[in-house]
Amino acid sequence: MTHLDELESQSIYLMREAYHGFQKPAMLWSMGKDSNVLLWLAKKAFCGHMPFPVVHIDTTYEFPEMLEFRAWAQKHYGFDLTVWINKEARARGIGYETTDPVTVTHELKTVALQQCLAANGYDALITGIRRDEDSTRAKERYFSPRNAEFEWDYKDQPPEFWNHFTTESGPGEHVRVQPLLDWTEIDIWRYLDREKVPLPGMYFSRNGERYRSLGCMPISKPVKSDAKTIDDIIEELKVTKVSERAGRAQDHHERNAMQKLRAKGFM
Amino acid sequence: MSTISDATLPATPAAAPTLAKKPEQSPQTDHLQLVVVGHVDHGKSTLIGRLLFDTHSVPDGKAERIEAACKAEGMEFEYAFLMDALLEEQAQNITMDTTRVPFRTERRSFTIIDAPGHKEFLKNMITGAASADAAVLLVDAHEGLREQSRRHCFLLSLLGLRQIVVAVNKMDLVGYKPEVFEAIRAELGEFLAKLGVEPAHFVPISAKHGEGLLKHSEKMAWYRGPTLVEALEKFRATPPASGGPLRLSVQDVYRFDARRIIAGLVESGRVSVGDEIEFVPGGKRSRVKGIETWPAKTPPTLGPVGSGSEVAITLEDELFVERGQIGAPASDKPYEARTFTARVFWIHDTPLRSGELIPLKLGTQQAEARVLGIQRTLDAVTLETGTGTTGEVKVHEVAEIRLRVRKPIAFDVGGKVPALGRFVLMRGRRIGGGGVIDSVVDEPVAIGGRNPVSRSAILGHRGCIVWMTGLSGSGKSTLAQALEQRLLSSGVLSAILDGDVLRTGLSRNLGFTPDDRSENLRRATELAIHLADAGVVVIAALISPFRADRALAAERAKERGVPFAEIFINAPLAECERRDPKQLYKKARAGQIQQFTGIDSPYEAPISPDLEIRTDRSTVAESVERLADMALGLARPSEQTGSGSHI
Repeated sequence: MTHLDELESQSIYLMREAYHGFQKPAMLWSMGKDSNVLLWLAKKAFCGHMPFPVVHIDTTYEFPEMLEFRAWAQKHYGFDLTVWINKEARARGIGYETTDPVTVTHELKTVALQQCLAANGYDALITGIRRDEDSTRAKERYFSPRNAEFEWDYKDQPPEFWNHFTTESGPGEHVRVQPLLDWTEIDIWRYLDREKVPLPGMYFSRNGERYRSLGCMPISKPVKSDAKTIDDIIEELKVTKVSERAGRAQDHHERNAMQKLRAKGFM
Repeated sequence: MSTISDATLPATPAAAPTLAKKPEQSPQTDHLQLVVVGHVDHGKSTLIGRLLFDTHSVPDGKAERIEAACKAEGMEFEYAFLMDALLEEQAQNITMDTTRVPFRTERRSFTIIDAPGHKEFLKNMITGAASADAAVLLVDAHEGLREQSRRHCFLLSLLGLRQIVVAVNKMDLVGYKPEVFEAIRAELGEFLAKLGVEPAHFVPISAKHGEGLLKHSEKMAWYRGPTLVEALEKFRATPPASGGPLRLSVQDVYRFDARRIIAGLVESGRVSVGDEIEFVPGGKRSRVKGIETWPAKTPPTLGPVGSGSEVAITLEDELFVERGQIGAPASDKPYEARTFTARVFWIHDTPLRSGELIPLKLGTQQAEARVLGIQRTLDAVTLETGTGTTGEVKVHEVAEIRLRVRKPIAFDVGGKVPALGRFVLMRGRRIGGGGVIDSVVDEPVAIGGRNPVSRSAILGHRGCIVWMTGLSGSGKSTLAQALEQRLLSSGVLSAILDGDVLRTGLSRNLGFTPDDRSENLRRATELAIHLADAGVVVIAALISPFRADRALAAERAKERGVPFAEIFINAPLAECERRDPKQLYKKARAGQIQQFTGIDSPYEAPISPDLEIRTDRSTVAESVERLADMALGLARPSEQTGSGSHI
């Protein structure tokens, strides 16, 4: 068994546990590379079926190319897609043009997710976060409870070991199920390559630049890169010392921005 | 929503220009999960920060940011801050929760699981260590072994971690002296040997100054062993148990279409199309018809699919298979039983109590388990055996316990398939503790009663009668009350039946003539049998002076299948009269009470009692232990042998 086989099996195990354990799970999907691995693994776990809805939290600042991919992928895979926009915040004028990126991220992602959860009654959200992305994500559990206010109590997380997890949530609460926690950025690329998983083209070099991590248009910056293939990207990652989310402005707006965002319910 | 049509995108958008390439000889196949444990101040975060820094595994900018922050606070550069990213940790200098960080050396890649050392965060350490392949145990050369160092060693051994390297840190604080290192090596080596753990190496280091981590330290030229990184590179990633018999833990049965697809994890062994599988518990058998894959493969996969893999299979026959069952070859199945002994560690603030009913999870099985008894608690620090009489396992304690689940479950013992020999106990939604099964216990034969099986299953024991006879003042009431408390604290439902109970109610219409006394005891006997039949351990504390009455009671109990023991609470008459707790002897001597046993009515001592207690020669505590042994022996016949195993 290769390391990728082990990661794949573990992720499938976690997804099957989530599907069995919760009444109404949903999977979050951002069209990004990790999200697409998540979709792929779900199709594998459920033998080509997608037994829960796929949710995209649309900030209205999405790259057009990503929206094209969204429409394509939904048809290609055939799943039940829910797109949610925090229309109320947009109506109030919240946006990158007027407001700081941390507030915008909170309103258009976290609050939007809260609204979507309340409207649909999901009790578990399957997400594609990884421990190596950020030091606060490094402390995550595979099954990570959130209270009704969406807060993450990172100081008192439930123990989990020997494949036993928190698979219950109280009224209004939900559990984040995080099957990709143990994957690294390079693992993701190796797997995308091995499985030939469809991807948006923005990850590959065009005119000497590519996106390493994709979020909202105004705050996602490309990196200088000539990596036109997955092999190129893997070679690039082996030597880089720039962190993956360096191009994501909301993480760096202020000291410990990511921690503050995550404690309030950001992914 | 975008309205772009399929035609505008390639069939697989940007599935990167595919180039023919050599299969990657990936070092990832031997990726090692490493846990770092030890006492809170012995420098774990500093060691990890230094390893990341020295192996160039720190993202650009992070070290600089920390340097700036340290400078602003007027501090030396702190390697620990590379790990401790959260605000609170920087404030308190304590790692709050398990963190995982990848790093790589020239030879292999690692994931460090940083398990915190702070006492209340033991659950995080277990969460981290349970998934590790190897451990670094960090000991401060200056401080030596601390409680936490020992506790962590103990838990590593219980979790089954065998690849351990001991890093003796802060050698700079002891002048890099070999004597200090050797003393710690001797002391810790001896402690670990008791746990059956033999560390691969003891390595002297100074994490802060980078001595002994990647390169041999010139300051410790006397040390000839490997550096810490060399020692780590020699460890092996724990391979899945591919050699053993098939164990397929069923997670779910999917019916997305007409087929029933059984999905689960191959915990050990392998499975192929055509294999005959028995599903335990239950015992139904069928052959594997197909192995499902997505995207579909042509030709279809036939297997074998090996351990560690998730599979989805269909069967030739339409069996009712459900989550929790284990697929295995009929010739080499797991145990299917309800009662077993286990070593458990407890990590919840609310103690595990003898007698309680608690949800148990083993593999994908779930069942309610009764804690039949707590044999003994073990102090993880001194390895001393506790008294075991408190009837509970407190947070951070380890104990040998006996459990009975309400329905049979399938499991393996003795490390045959480790994943199916361990379980967790749930306290609410959280894991309260974990355990490793040591042995299967034969089911006690249920005796008597209308619903003996279900009652004893609910209570975890059966009812019986402990009949104490003896003179007034011999100590029956005192011992009865102490025994009742002792049994209740062990989770055994018990109740006292004595003269006061009878004479104030049931026998209110009776006097003290020989006939009335016999009638009183007849009523007592019937009531005791009925209570025992309902599962209660009845402590009958009655003078019951006549052999014939006691013989009748024993006979009636036998007829009804209720275990019965006659216990002679013996003290010389003079001693009883001296005690005279209710001043009854005084009144009898004064003629105020007639026909008082021992004064003007005979006491017929038992000829061969099941137990005799001389209350004038033994203490209450000693006597209660003997009585409790007797009572528990009747209530839980299977536990008489006790557990002689050592951890």
